[in-house]
Amino acid sequence: MASEQLEEYLESILDIEEKDGIAKTSAIAKCMRVAPASVTEALQTLADKGFVHYEPYRGAYLTEQGREMARKVKRRHRLLEVFLSDVLHINGENVHEEACKMEHTLSDETECALCKMLNAPARCPHGSLIEACDRDVESCSSCLLENTPPSICTRDEPLIPVTALQPGQKATIAFIRGDSSVVQRLTDLGLTLKTDIRLVRKAPLLGPVEIAVRRTRLAIDHAIADHIFVTAYGEKAG
Amino acid sequence: MIGYRDGDGCRPVSGMPDDRKEYVAALAGNANVGKSATFNQLTGIDQDIGNWPGKTVERAEGLLQHRGLRIRVIDLPGIYSITALSTEEQVSREFIAHDHPDVVVNVLDASALERNLFFTLQLSELESPMILAINQMDLAAQKRIHIDIRKLSWLLGVPVIPTVAIRGKGIAELSDAIVSAIQNRPKPHIIPYGKEVEDRIQRTMELLPAGAGGYPPRWTAIKLLEGDPDTVWEAKKQTPGAVAAAQVYARELEKIHGEPAGTVLSGERYHAAERMVAEVMEIQTPGDQEITLTERIDRLALHPVLGYLLLILTIGGLLVWTFVIGAGMSEFITKFLAGIAPIQPLVKGSASAVLFNGAWTGVVAALTLILPYVIPFYLFLALIEDSGFLTRFSVMLDRGMHKMGLHGKAIIPLVLGFGCTVPACLSCRIIESPKQKFLAAFLVTLVPCSARTIVILGVVAAFVNIWWALALYLFDFILIVILGRIAFRVLPGESVGMIMEMPDYHIPHLSGVLGQTWQRTKSLIWIVLPAYIIGSIVITAAYAVGLLEPINTLLSPITVLLLGLPLMTGVVFVFGIIRKEMTILALAALFGTTVFSTIMTPAQLIVFALVTMLYVPCISTIMALAHEFGWRRALSITALETALAVGIGAVAIRFLGLFL
Repeated sequence: MASEQLEEYLESILDIEEKDGIAKTSAIAKCMRVAPASVTEALQTLADKGFVHYEPYRGAYLTEQGREMARKVKRRHRLLEVFLSDVLHINGENVHEEACKMEHTLSDETECALCKMLNAPARCPHGSLIEACDRDVESCSSCLLENTPPSICTRDEPLIPVTALQPGQKATIAFIRGDSSVVQRLTDLGLTLKTDIRLVRKAPLLGPVEIAVRRTRLAIDHAIADHIFVTAYGEKAG
Repeated sequence: MIGYRDGDGCRPVSGMPDDRKEYVAALAGNANVGKSATFNQLTGIDQDIGNWPGKTVERAEGLLQHRGLRIRVIDLPGIYSITALSTEEQVSREFIAHDHPDVVVNVLDASALERNLFFTLQLSELESPMILAINQMDLAAQKRIHIDIRKLSWLLGVPVIPTVAIRGKGIAELSDAIVSAIQNRPKPHIIPYGKEVEDRIQRTMELLPAGAGGYPPRWTAIKLLEGDPDTVWEAKKQTPGAVAAAQVYARELEKIHGEPAGTVLSGERYHAAERMVAEVMEIQTPGDQEITLTERIDRLALHPVLGYLLLILTIGGLLVWTFVIGAGMSEFITKFLAGIAPIQPLVKGSASAVLFNGAWTGVVAALTLILPYVIPFYLFLALIEDSGFLTRFSVMLDRGMHKMGLHGKAIIPLVLGFGCTVPACLSCRIIESPKQKFLAAFLVTLVPCSARTIVILGVVAAFVNIWWALALYLFDFILIVILGRIAFRVLPGESVGMIMEMPDYHIPHLSGVLGQTWQRTKSLIWIVLPAYIIGSIVITAAYAVGLLEPINTLLSPITVLLLGLPLMTGVVFVFGIIRKEMTILALAALFGTTVFSTIMTPAQLIVFALVTMLYVPCISTIMALAHEFGWRRALSITALETALAVGIGAVAIRFLGLFL
């Protein structure tokens, strides 16, 4: 199977998994607009390569390796969407299609350059959150201020935005995205790197998230909180 | 030198203080640490509330007389940092550096020592004489937090006083400490940063001349490394070499740490604060395991369904409660004052009688607004504010406010607006970005204040029916949302998201609630009373000398042709500029009846109330807007809203005529 097709499958499975928990063959077929029989075949291949756990008649879910790959492609897809709509002003309806085609050929270097040029955007034009990159950096200024991107040395643990934590979950701040004024504002309130935090709750309708940090609690606008990336305790342990 | 002979043995070191001179103490600290309570305890009710020159930041000052010294206490704005990102931060740091207060009193929250000490460390870099007041010691004790005050004092090198400001505990000791700090001038220790940072601070300092720009050289060096725009701009004029060197050092730090130098320094300050807290603080049981009372209440107050229900009940209750009490009290006060002198606008008679009548109606207007409606409203609001509920409402409404380009904190001015527009405009200061501040003030002028509610109730609910009155209310809310969305797009500037501390709930303290209510009422009286009295005199006088007759004719194209209202309403609307519900009094006086259904059709009554609701904000509001945003913007709002009122009124009279 072509790597392009493989990546498309991984993306679809990630989407469906986030919604339903497990990706059923029929759901994947519907999402990819292919026959269920081809899906079964593809899932078998993906399972052989170690990207998914496949259980016939139940469906598939991503392995750690598969999830990492899917997130990487998703990140590229959304970065490209920002580029296509904000820089090239491509018609909104075509942005998704175009990005779908381009995302598979993007190199690490181009991805990094794109992110830098777009000033490390937080969300795609459709409002979905863009994943943090997998470079071992603590804030965007290492990229934005330097002429050469930081060496490609990937992180040991997956980063998730603080808004993706479950209420009550504890985590450590690993990376704050955005320009220095955002970083400074958060830092001054005690949200420094390597600080332990706990997500107290999320307000309904993408409202502010409440974070416990340094024995105080802060309500932070959802869009600002999207800039804070953490490693969750749960993932580290298990 | 008299008056300091009976001192407690703490003999002055740097000369006896001069008891004729006035000393200055500045209170600095985070928001929500009880800084205002400390300020109130130190100064009593004799306070001056004003603005910092040229800034829409509140400046409160009062006098402390202790041990024969006169000490002016300045309450600096509550801030979390002095990186000068906001106006509040700028005001605070300029005051400490340029006005050289004799002592800076840093107020801290005992339960959140780490974050508060971060600010203390920044403050200490300004190298002013300093003392610490660790406040809310009782709440910390409830959380089983123990703080070693003596050790903290030893670590920082300045006196530390534990207080419970709201109960007045430790205030006498704090006053003593302020007096002895004025004599001893205790300077905080310099807390060194990590080696690579400290090295670069030292090297930058060596390039700086002593006393440049009024700031200590170490502070300047740190700010240059952080790339603080103001400091860089100032220093460039005198020592461009140091600025360039600092830039190089900052880049080196960025390379080492992978984050901007400013963030590196903040991070290091937090590490220093962490270390200090580890040495001085002990917690008996980890607080994480217990479910606190705050957590229990939050489960209700921030619940996706119950939370909104609570919000609607509280705000609805606030309005109903105010108007039930208000209507009763207002009637009583009006009757009482009418017994002293007539309160209807006097349009004929001797000059002195007319002028007296003008002044008197102004006083009556102010009293019947403030006493019955505004004070109960403020009391209730202070209760939900002080207890901690208002912060939760901000969180729940944040998303909705985004639709109008605002954020959750704007709920405070918008709710205040139901009482009176004037303090609501002033309270827009709590919003950080200038664009959102102005946007909020604009929308606040459209919120139906108690005066407008009286008109809607007195004209529409009484003579058409209650449903039309409610429809007017609803229409107003929709209009606010629509105009908010438009203004958000049209106005230049940046919208900033909300980051807000969530304080623990507590039972409101009587003194805090009363103090807050009094402060708000006082600022209202100062603007409203003179405007009412002078405005009433001018308009009644103009009317008496026959100046207002031509006004009716002049306004007739608008009132009669466009709005389809009786000719006399022209003057009525002019009266309404002083205060909106003066329109009812004027209507009654000019037509000689209080049964308004005999002089206007239902459609006319609705349009009359609608226009009154929307047109020119009252004189006091215009003054408040001019005070905060300048005359140009105040008059733009006035013109815009008047045009809007006439436009909507003209459409409404034709539309309503079809089925009323």
